[in-house]
Amino acid sequence: MGWLDWMLLLARIVLTFFMLLFALVIVIWLERKFIADMQTRPGPLRAGPRGVLITLADGMKLFFKESFVPTLADRPVYLIAPILAVVPAFLAFSVIPWGTHVTLFGREIPFQIADLNIGILWVLAMTSMTVYAVVLAGWSSGSNYPLLGSVRSSAQMISYEVGMGLALISVLMFTGHLKMSEIVAGQGGYYWGFVPRWNFIPQFPAFLLYLIAGLAETNRPPFDLPEAESELVAGFHTEYSGWRFAMLYLGEYLNTITVAAIATTLFLGGWRGPHPSFLPWLWPIAWFALKILVIFYVYVWIRGTMPRIRYDRLMAFGWKLLIPLGLFWVLATGTIVLLPGLYGSRGRLVAVGLIVGIGMLLLLAADVLERPRSRSREGASP
Amino acid sequence: MDEAMRGPAFDSDEEIRQETMIINMGPQHPSTHGVLRLLLELDGETVLSCKPIIGYLHTGIEKNCESRTWMQSVAFVTRADYLSPFFNELAYCLAVERLLGIESPPRAQVLRVLFSELNRISSHFVWLATAGLELNAVSVMLYGFREREMILDVFEAATGLRMNHAYFRIGGVIMDLPPGGEDRIRELLRVLPGRIDDFDHLLSGNPIWIERNKGVGFLSAERCLAAGVTGPPLRSAGVARDVRRDEPYSGYETYEFDVIERSDADCYARFEIRLDEMRESLKIVEQCLDRLQPGPVMIEDPKVRWPAELEVGPDGIGNSPAYVKHIMEESMEALIHHFKMVTEGVAVPAGEVYQAVESPRGELGMYVVSNGEHRPYRVKIRDPSFVNLQAVPSMVEGGLIADVVACIASFDPVMGGVDR
Repeated sequence: MGWLDWMLLLARIVLTFFMLLFALVIVIWLERKFIADMQTRPGPLRAGPRGVLITLADGMKLFFKESFVPTLADRPVYLIAPILAVVPAFLAFSVIPWGTHVTLFGREIPFQIADLNIGILWVLAMTSMTVYAVVLAGWSSGSNYPLLGSVRSSAQMISYEVGMGLALISVLMFTGHLKMSEIVAGQGGYYWGFVPRWNFIPQFPAFLLYLIAGLAETNRPPFDLPEAESELVAGFHTEYSGWRFAMLYLGEYLNTITVAAIATTLFLGGWRGPHPSFLPWLWPIAWFALKILVIFYVYVWIRGTMPRIRYDRLMAFGWKLLIPLGLFWVLATGTIVLLPGLYGSRGRLVAVGLIVGIGMLLLLAADVLERPRSRSREGASP
Repeated sequence: MDEAMRGPAFDSDEEIRQETMIINMGPQHPSTHGVLRLLLELDGETVLSCKPIIGYLHTGIEKNCESRTWMQSVAFVTRADYLSPFFNELAYCLAVERLLGIESPPRAQVLRVLFSELNRISSHFVWLATAGLELNAVSVMLYGFREREMILDVFEAATGLRMNHAYFRIGGVIMDLPPGGEDRIRELLRVLPGRIDDFDHLLSGNPIWIERNKGVGFLSAERCLAAGVTGPPLRSAGVARDVRRDEPYSGYETYEFDVIERSDADCYARFEIRLDEMRESLKIVEQCLDRLQPGPVMIEDPKVRWPAELEVGPDGIGNSPAYVKHIMEESMEALIHHFKMVTEGVAVPAGEVYQAVESPRGELGMYVVSNGEHRPYRVKIRDPSFVNLQAVPSMVEGGLIADVVACIASFDPVMGGVDR
């Protein structure tokens, strides 16, 4: 690589970084506007036109506030935790193709920092780092509410990561690639000439699984137990203030964007979409942003509708419903992918038959397991 | 960090397992309905013991009444349970009226019932809002307060204040409905049923809402009766106790309404009861409007009634200019009478009386003692929130910390009433 390539790589990194920051500003403002609309109130109005600069204003305020360290805090860990929240969140985005490419100086430059051949694994590795930030932040605060929050979140995030991983595995098996660019490339074309060949159609259960697990991974309502306001005050970041709090907050929204971006890339065809022929590099970016916003809107909508789930039910939901469903879907995808290759065209029929059979068995098992157990509530309370 | 601050070091696993966590939920906490403090002993997420600690909002209302005239005390007691001010006023006025041996005129009685029932609805809306907020249904919070605001607008038009009205006075109510007041209440009757149904649709079918409330906060009828719990928590345990029907006052025996009861004795039953009670209250309000006849709203006896007349002026409600002109320019006797009534007031015959009304939170009682003077000897408020809070430990112990929040919300305590 010559110096020009290095410069272009650097430019790409800087561009992606600032695009993300810009997206954060917009996305936080949009969330507040969406939720305000659902709750019949105007939302932010004062900073900039229609309050669009509210995130900047809040950020500025937080950066000029005292960043307090409690006496009982474990100082080094307490200081590192917010950085741990932000850095992996940015790094996870580096493998996501958020546009096609432009041709500059005779080189084809993709809108993607690194097209790793282990793309999805990189994303999984980086998003799982977030749990460290939450656990360490809560544990090092030296206070009870953050401790409870961090204990909850470690259990929650690890459990839902399994479900998320299963959803990703089925996509991997279906597309046969780990590389993000290949996965997007595999979603070109149309079914029956007009339905886009996006993964979410054949992989719909995995798509739902991923969206739900993503909701839990990013601690968004109704899975916001680590920071359950009405129970744990503010959960793991109760003791944080100033720019350190801003970092934790930023990390959470970055993770939300990343989860939506991965869902877009893996299930919704990434940057693909019909577009006119002028400015061919701009439209994919717009499509990508639009798809992220749609997923984001669904998340905000859920936040506006759902109460918070209880801790034990959350774990039960994750382990007893999402993970078995994920395992079943991995099995189903495997059968569909493999059997036709082994047994020819009749294999497809056998595969479908097998899946339906196993599904029925599972439903039966779930019914037996979920029979209401008669619990004597009177005896339970002393 | 100082070694002593790290807490004890453990020698064995056994010791670690015995360690429980004490946390202070409140008095500054997002979901303790004001300044309730709960001392919780936790084993992980499970509550081992719970001690409610109160007194952070003590305002000395009862004691203050003893150094005010009988009439002035109305403005004190209304501030106790600030979400249901009309009920505080009603219980106090009825008690004093019983001591005096008087009864307010029919129109005043109907107005009292009308405003009490509207107040019950507005109080239940706040309950829906805060209970929703505590289970993180934030939208429900905003909808609840929006609906309540419509009722408060009517209160403001009629009494001049959104809360703490001091509208019911000894011998009646302080002023009649403003022009167009009945139409505004009829408008409420038109809009509110749909809004209540909206809450029903939003929450009743919501799996998370059901899961957070069904089977949570069980409190059996025996336990309720042992602790003196009244109101929706008692009715949720299958005991259809309602002061309005069992010991009627203000002519409640002539209204048609159902006492809502459930038998599940959990938070969800209390939610259903409150929704249905709002519908029943609307029925009563409608009957009130139908039987409103023109007439006086305060008894005629000049030795008891509040002498001043109020009127809506360009800057809100205040003393009517005609009355001020009358006492200041026309009649010396009227001025003397006004002065005596306002500064000294009525002397209430010696005696003691306990008057209960059914507030949105349960049985609200006023125990009023007079030694024949111009001010109360003692005013004791039996506030339902205060009594109901006793039962909180037996509801939450053994449950999860997340259920503590749901349990307290299902009692709807108002700390202003608890600490008085």
